[in-house]
Amino acid sequence: MTAQDYNFAYLDEQTKRMIRRAILKGIAVPGYQVPFASREMPMPYGWGTGGVQVTAACLTPDDTLKVIDQGADDTTNAVSIRKFFQRTAGVAVTEATDQASIIQTRHRIPEAPLTEGQILVYQVPIPEPLRFLEPRETETRKMHELEEYGLMHVKLYEDIARHGTIATSYAYPVKVEGRYVMDPSPIPKFDNPKLSDSPAIQLFGAGREQRIYALPPYTQVVSLDFDDHPFVASKADHDCDLCGAGTSYLDEVITDDQGGRMFVCSDTDFCRARREAGHVGRLGTPAPSLEAAQ
Amino acid sequence: MTAPLRTLTAETDRPLLQVQGLTKSYGARIGCAHISFDLFPGEVMGIVGESGSGKSTLLSCLAGHMAPDTGRVIFDTGTGPVDTVTMAEAERRRMARTDWAFVHQNPRDGLRMGVSAGGNVGERLMAIGARHYGEIRATATDWLARVEIAADRIDDRPRAFSGGMQQRLQIARNLVTGPRLVFMDEPTGGLDVSVQARLLDLLRGLVREMGLSVIIVTHDLAVVRLLADRLMVMKGGHVVEQGLTDQVLDDPQHAYTQLLVSSVLQV
Amino acid sequence: MIAIENLSKSFTLHNQGAAVIPVMSGAALTVAPGECVGLIGASGAGKSTLMRMVWGNYLAASGSIRVGTLDVATAAPRQIIRLRRETLGYVSQFLRVVPRVPTLDVVAEPLLTLGVTKDAARARAASLLTRLNIPERLWPLSPTTFSGGEQQRVNIARGFAHSYPALLLDEPTASLDATNREVVLTLIEEAKAKGAAILGIFHDEAARDRVCDRVVDVRAFTPKAA
Repeated sequence: MTAQDYNFAYLDEQTKRMIRRAILKGIAVPGYQVPFASREMPMPYGWGTGGVQVTAACLTPDDTLKVIDQGADDTTNAVSIRKFFQRTAGVAVTEATDQASIIQTRHRIPEAPLTEGQILVYQVPIPEPLRFLEPRETETRKMHELEEYGLMHVKLYEDIARHGTIATSYAYPVKVEGRYVMDPSPIPKFDNPKLSDSPAIQLFGAGREQRIYALPPYTQVVSLDFDDHPFVASKADHDCDLCGAGTSYLDEVITDDQGGRMFVCSDTDFCRARREAGHVGRLGTPAPSLEAAQ
Repeated sequence: MTAPLRTLTAETDRPLLQVQGLTKSYGARIGCAHISFDLFPGEVMGIVGESGSGKSTLLSCLAGHMAPDTGRVIFDTGTGPVDTVTMAEAERRRMARTDWAFVHQNPRDGLRMGVSAGGNVGERLMAIGARHYGEIRATATDWLARVEIAADRIDDRPRAFSGGMQQRLQIARNLVTGPRLVFMDEPTGGLDVSVQARLLDLLRGLVREMGLSVIIVTHDLAVVRLLADRLMVMKGGHVVEQGLTDQVLDDPQHAYTQLLVSSVLQV
Repeated sequence: MIAIENLSKSFTLHNQGAAVIPVMSGAALTVAPGECVGLIGASGAGKSTLMRMVWGNYLAASGSIRVGTLDVATAAPRQIIRLRRETLGYVSQFLRVVPRVPTLDVVAEPLLTLGVTKDAARARAASLLTRLNIPERLWPLSPTTFSGGEQQRVNIARGFAHSYPALLLDEPTASLDATNREVVLTLIEEAKAKGAAILGIFHDEAARDRVCDRVVDVRAFTPKAA
């Protein structure tokens, strides 16, 4: 505990207990959206207030926290949340996926395989996958209750009708253990296969919408599709220009105004580890030292 | 010429829908009271009456949109008669999108306005497990043709359609799963008369070809004369008269029906 | 085929002080297969009322109206619907159809409801329209825009599309020229030859004499003035 006027991890113990109950219920009913009394956090909605509350409820003083935003540890959102917990909980932090016990993420699943004992906390803007086509909350809850999920395929149908292929590339809907249809948060559909059968606990927090849902370890998660338009976990058809990785999810970076661009791993920790291990991409420089990078 | 007669055994068999003592009140005010009738396969029944006569309340109770206070609505599911009032909601909703259909007066209530015509028609198919895009689309194209919507409009949204087209799209969306019982709430209301005529002709053809049973609520006596086999006249929540459509219209027995019929402008 | 016994009818006008007007009592007649019976009597004597009671759109107060095996006076709506589809035809003086439906389909419809294929039904409709001298260019148009005589002929074609075992004819030759009148009378004779029982109203006395085997004067059924 830091010598501040805050309780450990900012939230009071009663609130954390309430959130833990929602998390446990979510784990007991995989994919089901559990309502919870989301608190005002010292950051605006859309900056991860749901994820932060879930993380706060899970943190213990012995935990090591990693925070990523779009795969990167060094963007504003990730840095501010990491600092928030360093200040309010005094926990250790890391950028290395395999060193972290709790990872809060916005819009990505790390490339490195997760392991048992790890918790991955997703920040979720809109937890309701049916919202796009059915605006009534009463009706969508009824649809979940009765497993009326035809509408979800209407969304995919519209995609194919308009684009010739399922153009949904992120927040791609999934079905959990053959029961609940779930929004996996705006992760790229490239990450969808990693949702399934993961050894880690996956928790989803939506602060503004006041919902928590969860995937316990080794949960079966299937991406919805059509028989004649099967799900494909696509990525940019390139290798990383820095580390040469051919299987990681890439960001496109515009490098000048002459049309120059490069593709780099969105997972900065994964890319750094590869370069330190001697891998070099098209535009990369050989193995910068860890000290230099920091 | 000798006409090959269609098999008519089903008609004499058992009713598709049996309504027994249906009552719905809004506090002290009567919505509809003590309604009983049988509807047989292939029959089209009209329910007429002025605003507030209880015809819409009755339709809502029959279609499961509203729970009646007392009474039974027994539907022959094919595996046996079931009281839809007491059946589990999940089952009732499943029936509502397979064996039943509901055509709203306002197409906006029965269509997804943000979804293409093809998606609107395909939704019921996907809801019952269709997972082959090509087949869903082929069925949707076929149904658009049956309701006289050009195949090249399949990816347009209903917003871009005229009122008559929207209503025909709503019908296609409802009939794609081959329901046996169709509820219609003023399906021709709000349409131009020439558009109404086309819709009526289309509905007659579909009723005949699919052997549909229909319960149609309307205040338009001309519509029921052309569409309905039987007529039920409601006033103040009660059925005051029922019978063969042209008998009720040509030889009304009840004072209210006589007033209703004599109030229609002749053209 | 058609047997009426002890039939009576009255109208109750609720909106005119609940006045009860008896219009018929003790009506009785029979029509055998292959027979044509003409109803006579002055206007207002009850010819049309009797026809409508047989058709089922006027309720009988008492008595029975057997058509085939069904008593129309007590039958359920669906039984009458089925009777009209299979057994009992009616050529009225007025054409009542959905606007905008092509003439050819208007005539073919009774066959379609019997499950006849579209092609066969249309072929039968086309041959009847040809016989009744409705020019082919009019077939795709709705009959609602036709002249009175043309509408009457469309109505007749529709009434004869299916070979009903029992047929009601209300002034079938009214407003027809000599040529078409002849066609209609021939159609009636053909129907009789096939065994149809026909009950008709003919103001055209020559036509009545030609097709009717006997006549029934409905004035005999007029209630005795109170």
